[in-house]
Amino acid sequence: MKKVYGSATEALDGVLHDGMLIAAGGFGLCGIPELLIDGIVASGVKDLTVASNNAGVDGFGLGKLLETRQIKKMMSSYVGENAEFMRQYLSGELELEFNPQGTLAERMRAGGAGIPGFYTKTGVGTQIAEGKDVKQFNGEDYIMEEGIFADLSIVKAWKADDTGNLIFRKTARNFNPPAAMCGRICIAEVEEIVPRGSLDPDLIHLPGIYVHRLIQGQHEKRIEQRTVRKREDA
Amino acid sequence: MPWDRNQMAARAAEELEDGWYVNLGIGIPTLVANYVGDKDITLQSENGMLGMGPFPYEGEEDPDLINAGKQTITELSRTAYFDSATSFGMIRGGKIAAAILGAMEVAENGDLANWMIPGKLVKGMGGAMDLVAGVGRVIVVMDHTNKHGDSKLLKECTLPLTGTGVVDRIITNLGVLDVVEGGLKIVETAEGVTEDEIRAATEATIVN
Repeated sequence: MKKVYGSATEALDGVLHDGMLIAAGGFGLCGIPELLIDGIVASGVKDLTVASNNAGVDGFGLGKLLETRQIKKMMSSYVGENAEFMRQYLSGELELEFNPQGTLAERMRAGGAGIPGFYTKTGVGTQIAEGKDVKQFNGEDYIMEEGIFADLSIVKAWKADDTGNLIFRKTARNFNPPAAMCGRICIAEVEEIVPRGSLDPDLIHLPGIYVHRLIQGQHEKRIEQRTVRKREDA
Repeated sequence: MPWDRNQMAARAAEELEDGWYVNLGIGIPTLVANYVGDKDITLQSENGMLGMGPFPYEGEEDPDLINAGKQTITELSRTAYFDSATSFGMIRGGKIAAAILGAMEVAENGDLANWMIPGKLVKGMGGAMDLVAGVGRVIVVMDHTNKHGDSKLLKECTLPLTGTGVVDRIITNLGVLDVVEGGLKIVETAEGVTEDEIRAATEATIVN
């Protein structure tokens, strides 16, 4: 089966519908599926729930989908870098479900692994625990969190072969593998699609079984906080 | 003289033991990396990296290589990368020996509040709740009082909690306190600061 598509719009054809749940990879602006986000903006699909650690920044990443009001609800751990997000949230236009970062990652991983719920000590005794089942193991309290089963996953990797085997680069891996795993359909965008056989099978980060559609394209890869050190004088 | 930010960071660095894997929070905790000296410490960045290096030289920034504060950083010869689920697996699983974090409030029972102020801009807890629930030792580094002069070491936290009973040690500009049975115990004072001065600046119960 052919997985490689010519563009984000082609890859997204037939998989979008209003009110769907989309899991997106990325941390801050690092390793975000920027081409697929643009494609979703162009599609006009609306009332989306998006599970993503962050919500982009104004004018880039998921910030674009917020500007066009296509997102109804975010499931995130940290949303501090986005003024439009805050405006919509404070005015009640946007729902927000805060998840501790590790809980969000594990909820995605669990969903992809067929695990509908799991117990964690993260958040016990905090607001996050409200309304959640509490169970004791070895005398300690744990709260139940549910796996995320997304309608669609959008992720970004460095390289792929045409069967969808993915390799990520440095910290751009982040949420991409668990996000990819939890989608009924996963579309990956990569910087380079290489011929079958040219990736070392021992070094595949995410096997192609999780990836249904694939595109290659140019990425802006915007840096959120450029921090540098001075060179010592020679 | 109370400690300044760098002295607090230097004091916090003394808490770290050779061979430890450690997670440093944003703010003063980040400065701790400058004071580990010859100790073999591996820094974790919870976005998916062990062996975090310093900021890059100008012109060598890599958008694919950032820390949990979204700052550009570098890798070291020992560096390993992994995904977010694996990263928090090692945090939740107790593999990280210590986290050094900032705080808004700490209560005498070890409760920690450092993620939201109701009515103010809510940014989210990020990985803080996972870290305090999972790592071996939680060390808080913060000013002893807020900008109004009120104690940040309280009988009970007033802000929404990040974790309950999670803090082991607090390093402030005035000294070092441990969370023990019944309250906080002063274990060290900054040079020239007296225990009475710490007591006067502390709302939490101080036990001997």
